[in-house]
Amino acid sequence: MDKTFWIIFGMAVVTYLPRALPLVILSKIRLPEAFVRWLGFIPASVLAALLGPELYLQNGGVALSLDNYKFLAALPCFWLAVRTKNMVLTVLFGLAVATVLYLWI
Amino acid sequence: MSTKVASRTRSAATPWHELILGIGKAVPIFLGYVPIGIAYGVLARQAGLDLFAVMAMSVLVFAGASQFIAAGMFGAAASGWSIIITTLLVNLRHLLFSSSLAPRMARFSTRTLALIGAGITDETFAVASAEPAAQPHHPLFYYGLNLTAYAGWNLGSFLGAVLGPLLHRVADLPLDFALAAMFIYLLVAQVTGRALAVTAVLAGILSVFFAAGLHTKWNVVLAALIAATIGAGWERWTKRSG
Repeated sequence: MDKTFWIIFGMAVVTYLPRALPLVILSKIRLPEAFVRWLGFIPASVLAALLGPELYLQNGGVALSLDNYKFLAALPCFWLAVRTKNMVLTVLFGLAVATVLYLWI
Repeated sequence: MSTKVASRTRSAATPWHELILGIGKAVPIFLGYVPIGIAYGVLARQAGLDLFAVMAMSVLVFAGASQFIAAGMFGAAASGWSIIITTLLVNLRHLLFSSSLAPRMARFSTRTLALIGAGITDETFAVASAEPAAQPHHPLFYYGLNLTAYAGWNLGSFLGAVLGPLLHRVADLPLDFALAAMFIYLLVAQVTGRALAVTAVLAGILSVFFAAGLHTKWNVVLAALIAATIGAGWERWTKRSG
């Protein structure tokens, strides 16, 4: 096995542990209700925290301009997601809009 | 006690139905992962990784964002430890997903939890957490969900790794926007009340601020922790006073 494989193996270990350990440990104990309610806010905040920099940052700076195709493509995507509640449709539509804007800008 | 018995009968009666249900819920993830997997495979081959390394990463790590970053770092001849530590930082958000799913899996065995944990991604987590917590699923639901997503990611990676050297034009197209579009849908599906909407807007702004202003790779974890705490506190406060 070469060095690349051992680096990938290390990546696998540090990725697996945060995924599995809380599931194994926290499911065994009864969590306080306030903590469970707090955990209910985690999905939306993580998704928004992933999306923010993805849509509004370009080359390390805030880009709220018309040459940022991701920021522009996201607007009709949000609208379609709210209107249709359909994941496949939102993804395909988003890809189409992003491709058109990307080639155009 | 009665709920425990009820859910046990429910699970025992329909395990295969639960598997099919999980696979069905993962179909949009599968469709989203194949093009992103292709993009990863193409980019990783261009970064100089061979077919075996490209696939080893998808099979063993199974975490999109960190694999794109690692491919770039391999291409830039970064040190092994810096690749591993960056991967740890990028994937540390899974701690939050795993903790958030734990209460609804209280009855599962340790081995089952260790297997389900391996398949937690942004998307499988978002789908699993959108299920009503009051009606617990059979483990097969989660296996169906996670393995379908895993299959999509590895199929895409393989296609990208094989075709990559042939059609490098694909890398020029914004295929990674599929991920952003999927996040947009999942976020819209998650925001079911005013407190959650405030939390999401706050998390997005904080994450941009931490990334651009403070140049920290912890932006996602920090922003999510702060926004969730403020959102949960705000909800509690408004419920008490209103």
